Amino acid sequence: MAATELLRFATAGSVDDGKSTLIGRLLYDTKSIMQDQLEQVGEASVRRHGQDGGIDLSLLTDGLRAEREQGITIDVAYRYFATPHRRFIIADTPGHVDYTRNMVTGASTADLAVVLIDARNGITEQSRRHAFISSLLRIPHMVVCVNKMDLVDWSEQRFAEIVEEFSDFAAKLEIVDITFIPICALSGDNVVERSTQMAWYDGAPLLYHLENVHIASDRNLIDPRLPVQWVIRPGGDEHHDYRAVAGQVAGGVFQVGDQIVALPSGARSSIEAIDSFDGPLTEAFPPLSVALRLSSEIDVSRGDLICRPRNQPQVSRDIDAIVCWLDQRAAEQSGRYLIKHTTRTATAVISSLDYKIDVDTLHRDVNVTSLELNDIGRLRLRTSVPLAFDLYNRNRLTGSFILIDEVSNNTVAAGMIIGEAKVGAEQAAELSAQRTVGVSWDSGEITRERRWRALGTRGATIWFTGLPASGKSSLAAATEQSLVKGGRSAYRLDGDNLRHGLTGDLGFSPKDRAENVRRTASVAALLADAGVIALVSLVSPYAADRAAARELHEQQGIEFIEVFVDTPLEICEQRDPKGLYARARSGELKEMTGIDAPYEPPEQAELVIRHSDEEPLERVLELLRSRGVVTSG
Amino acid sequence: MGDYELSNLGVLESDAIQIMREVAAEFERPVLLFSGGKDSIVLLRIAEKAFRPGRFPFPLMHVDTGHNFPEVIEFRDRRVAELGEKLIVASVQESIDSGRVAEQSGPRASRNQLQTTTLLDAIAEHSFEAALGGARRDEERSRAKERIFSFRNDSGGWDPKNQRPELWNLYNGRINQGEQVRVFPISNWTELDIWQYIAEEQLEIPSIYFAHERELFERDGMLYATSEVSELLPGETPFTDSVRYRTVGDMSCTGAVRSSASTLEQVVKEIAATRITERGETRADDRASEAAMEDRKKEGYF
Repeated sequence: MAATELLRFATAGSVDDGKSTLIGRLLYDTKSIMQDQLEQVGEASVRRHGQDGGIDLSLLTDGLRAEREQGITIDVAYRYFATPHRRFIIADTPGHVDYTRNMVTGASTADLAVVLIDARNGITEQSRRHAFISSLLRIPHMVVCVNKMDLVDWSEQRFAEIVEEFSDFAAKLEIVDITFIPICALSGDNVVERSTQMAWYDGAPLLYHLENVHIASDRNLIDPRLPVQWVIRPGGDEHHDYRAVAGQVAGGVFQVGDQIVALPSGARSSIEAIDSFDGPLTEAFPPLSVALRLSSEIDVSRGDLICRPRNQPQVSRDIDAIVCWLDQRAAEQSGRYLIKHTTRTATAVISSLDYKIDVDTLHRDVNVTSLELNDIGRLRLRTSVPLAFDLYNRNRLTGSFILIDEVSNNTVAAGMIIGEAKVGAEQAAELSAQRTVGVSWDSGEITRERRWRALGTRGATIWFTGLPASGKSSLAAATEQSLVKGGRSAYRLDGDNLRHGLTGDLGFSPKDRAENVRRTASVAALLADAGVIALVSLVSPYAADRAAARELHEQQGIEFIEVFVDTPLEICEQRDPKGLYARARSGELKEMTGIDAPYEPPEQAELVIRHSDEEPLERVLELLRSRGVVTSG
Repeated sequence: MGDYELSNLGVLESDAIQIMREVAAEFERPVLLFSGGKDSIVLLRIAEKAFRPGRFPFPLMHVDTGHNFPEVIEFRDRRVAELGEKLIVASVQESIDSGRVAEQSGPRASRNQLQTTTLLDAIAEHSFEAALGGARRDEERSRAKERIFSFRNDSGGWDPKNQRPELWNLYNGRINQGEQVRVFPISNWTELDIWQYIAEEQLEIPSIYFAHERELFERDGMLYATSEVSELLPGETPFTDSVRYRTVGDMSCTGAVRSSASTLEQVVKEIAATRITERGETRADDRASEAAMEDRKKEGYF
């Protein structure tokens, strides 16, 4: 049985925008509505609208008696459909009643948001709200469907106007990936099938986009995090000494043998085994539920967070957060609540209310004394015990929390942590070898995402490693040429070229090679941060050096793609365009990789190019497309 | 699937394990409802994955109407024995005998509605705070709106208009004395997911899920098994055909479907191709009205 991928998306809008029709269309055209459901809806449509009203697909999604009686949608409804490529969960959220409360519920787990705009009306207050909440909850992908194109004569110009207006607004928000599709849900144009009415539109129909949007890299695979849910300790004779900490991986990758630290205690151990009912695993990644057996007995229990010694979250009792207030009882200064963050529950007091955000204008009102139902604002919390957290924009699971009213037991707020990054003393010490002590990073006013979006680019580092004369530089140069030709900013950092300046003072000892890799990696990361695709071609023979280069990128959240140009030594030696091998063989050149210095081949390169491979360039470009570095089509 | 990617079933399973561990950690007295049906069979496998090699941190409970298929009861007892876990049987017959509920009479009588009282009595008797169940959102449209942690007031009722918002994977299980939470770890699974998972995990299921010869009678377009609990109406004549069951409930209100699927593979194929929902095809209890399920849930039904 072929494994399929799961995509969760949230739809927002009201019946007037044609949202129910759009969902009905997706379900109907993918044959996901069953015969008896259709008959039921048909009968109900006749009761509601008479014989000539046609089938009212909104009746399919409105599940509660009160909704059908009042003709409104009250709560988030979940719908399911599948194509051979993907399985979909739709969180269908109403657009008007209690919109924040419902949208936040539907959006918190979504991979993608579909925002509907009526082509006749253009962007309304409601579409701005939907876009804002989607960006606040950091749904990684957004699709803006400009609906009812039939009523504006399939006009390309009208579509372009809406795209421009929406893009202007979206530029003020943090939306990484946004796609516009002109559709007509009623007739199905550009929903499942490509429209024949809008030849001017060369993008994909909605369903194609939903099936193909790249979501695997939306997860945080960089910062290993495991909130401890439960300790498995069976006891008895058979499992007398068995003890494992169980939880769902919230970020990064854990491997057997990894050093770990439990927070907030700081106790250290290492992973002896990763257990699952189906047998031992060698590694664990999100969103796997696993049980870790540790090599030593340390004090760790529910609510603790397992991470790596060199990659720790912040630990603090003071948290800055954006909250969506979800309860009739307003939030007030000094209000006291329970806070549930990962698997830890503690008490929290609102130490300050900073501002309220006007969802329509994005204006910040600092003269705020309370947050009412459906308000969004920023506040500071003081918690009873230290919490180990990441920023929400780095990790949706370790950066989010809910507040609970201790008396009513209601969930009163959804919170997203934005507290300033503080580097722990321990982490700073470990990194001090590479960093000047006492100097902190000033991130300026422009975030990476804003820069990339404004420039329409996305930075990354592609690291070509391999023996001298293996063809790294040629492949990097061809990649550079192809990318630049396609309008992307790409720049080659060639090992030999760099020795003319940046690394000119270095030799070829293991130590100098490590420094060579470190400098090159730092420059590559800066270029990538600026939005450039940095193409490094460097022998970089030592695995540890390359691992350090990767870690440097991962710490900064920059994509690092290792390409191993695996050309056999004999062939490299035959080629020998610079005569290096000949000089090394004659003893004239010392410490030549492959001759009298080792080359440690990568074990987990993202791509291996073999000498026999045809079209190596196409394979590199293909990888960049699959990683979302380059958009396809 | 590339590196570090999980299939649809992998994600659904992992989320269900997370939910089950939350329940175990946050409630002092949870219980898992096990009927011997396919959805609760999946729940048991999830529980094994969440807690083995330890024991389940909760007992299992079955609300037995006394009108269950004997094959299912036999399977239930065998599975519980294999697991070495504790099973509580809450009996509708006992509720009738003690006068808590009155048995309906006539050929259309069903014990389905009586289950609610037996369930609520058993929850009160054992002071259970949380009951894990195998309901899915794709089954029925009021279920489509129900939370994973579904709060019930002190009389067991559900208030659909006043549900707690449910965010990320942070579940709020706080309750006062006498209130309860029903928890549905497989809310986001579809019927097809269940069958594919059963096939992937090679889970044993009661024999009535596979095609078999059975004596039946037809009523309101559905096929029911003849048994001592069914009373025929004038004009209904028993006949024999090859059928299987898509759901397992009370014999009096669970219909069979004509089928020759005798292996899991064949069943999965049939389910993938079907154009009728599970409940529409086989459950008389949902046919009562447009909002039959919603009304029963407000009373405390699962």
